[in-house]
Amino acid sequence: MSRFVRLGETDRPPVTLHVDGQPVAALEGDTLMVALLANGGTLRQSEFGPEKRAGFCLMGACQDCWVWTEKGDRLRACSTLAAPGQRILTSQPGASWPNHG
Amino acid sequence: MAEPRIIIVGAGPAGTRAAEACVAAGLRPTVIDEGRRDGGQIYRRQPDHFTRPYGKLYGTEAGRAQAVHGAFDAIKGRIDYRPETLVWNIADRHVWTANGAAQEALPFDALLLCTGATDRLMPVKGWHFAGAYSLGGSQVALKSQAVSIGHRVIFMGSGPLLYLVASQYVEAGAQVAAVLDTSPFSARVKAMPDLMAVPSVLWNGVKLTRALKRAGVLVHHGVTPLEIIGDADTGVSGIRYRDGGGKERQIACDAVAMGYHLRPETQLADLARCAFAFDVGTRQWLPERDGDGRASVAGVYLAGDGAKILGARSAEASGKLAALAALTDLGLPVDKGAMASLRGAVATYAKFARGLAKAFPWPVDQAAALPDDAILCRCEGVTAGDLRSVMRETGAKEANRAKAFSRVGMGRCQGRYCGLAAAELIAAEAGIPVEQVGRLRGQAPVKPLTIAIGDEE
Repeated sequence: MSRFVRLGETDRPPVTLHVDGQPVAALEGDTLMVALLANGGTLRQSEFGPEKRAGFCLMGACQDCWVWTEKGDRLRACSTLAAPGQRILTSQPGASWPNHG
Repeated sequence: MAEPRIIIVGAGPAGTRAAEACVAAGLRPTVIDEGRRDGGQIYRRQPDHFTRPYGKLYGTEAGRAQAVHGAFDAIKGRIDYRPETLVWNIADRHVWTANGAAQEALPFDALLLCTGATDRLMPVKGWHFAGAYSLGGSQVALKSQAVSIGHRVIFMGSGPLLYLVASQYVEAGAQVAAVLDTSPFSARVKAMPDLMAVPSVLWNGVKLTRALKRAGVLVHHGVTPLEIIGDADTGVSGIRYRDGGGKERQIACDAVAMGYHLRPETQLADLARCAFAFDVGTRQWLPERDGDGRASVAGVYLAGDGAKILGARSAEASGKLAALAALTDLGLPVDKGAMASLRGAVATYAKFARGLAKAFPWPVDQAAALPDDAILCRCEGVTAGDLRSVMRETGAKEANRAKAFSRVGMGRCQGRYCGLAAAELIAAEAGIPVEQVGRLRGQAPVKPLTIAIGDEE
């Protein structure tokens, strides 16, 4: 189920990106965070606990919404716009964290 | 003489008015802003393809938002504007910037820090679950993206923004389950003399509360938040709290927006080596400044909510005033009458802000009352109990020492969201005034940089 609910501005041009290999339908002008959370409940797995995360501040201060490009570049999902053909990963490529959860 | 190099950090209401004053004096300031567009957080502009009009986006502040945007548009061609650029350090009279992988060190003669604010948060058990958001974040979702943070939203905390955002959600068609305010209604009555300093803003607040009640939204005052109920995989499912009468209640929701006023982003002032002083009214350490915005370090000026939370209207005045102070110090002619009237405006807003702090107090007791298993640091999942046992084991009673041992404040957000509550918890635990706990020192980089920046060198 989606976490975010669209309340208007829905006649923008559609955009398709790929998240963890799966196509995700978004709208032009969506942030990555909105693209992901209008289509699902969470953004990523916490590295320090058992819970999944979905961002917190939406203004680039908390860093809770990091996602990655396939090249390994880190993006803040709240402040990066979704673009056609984007390929996003919700876990850091090649990294392993000591998840104590 | 070469043109003085003026750098303004931030393009919200304070930065915009500061830049406008510099341009009016015939100068070309550099304006560095993290945002994709100008406006800051409060007057954040929506991306291309969004079509909502000003009235819908900014409500009672539509005229002001439009005026600030218009002012920025008018000077855009006459400033060195650097959007999507982070100032991550200030050292040796240089501002260090990062834009993607590109970085620069820019020298300055005058530096105006208009860095704005983020939400002040009081942790509650369960605030790490997916679906718990900062109040400001919930407003950004609506204003900048036309989305609600959930299907059934609870607004919890205190301060005027709580009512503003809740009513904006209702108006936009979102389902608001409740507004839970930790401040008792009696506090508002006591604050009335100060709140009367700006009657129009007070009246707007009264109208918002009425609109919420008319819409059938449950509004509770004097509540004590107990827990955000949730699940590791699916996130938030409800809130447990004690109402003003002491009765425990539970409400179902899938999203919580929480905030207790704002806190200024002072890290850059810290890195510029500005002196700080403890502000009793807000229980925060703030950079010192004179009445016109001069910091303790020559050539550094502070304005807007990044210096002290006085609101967007005040930010416009203090931004312009700080710029005029800088121009004066650079030996340029300025309108002394304009400075005097700006000082008057700032003083009026300061009185109003004192009223707001009294009406919607920071619930310090909740930090002390956090159960040991509640997460205090969201970044790294450090609990209140972890911090308490570090204090017992090491005797740490100072903010930076406690941080070093417990990692509270050392995570990705660098203490922005846990730091103030952690200080209150330490103070309560150690039985000392919170000012003795001190403040978390600002560290460069003030936000995480991409590793690629190091590769460029």
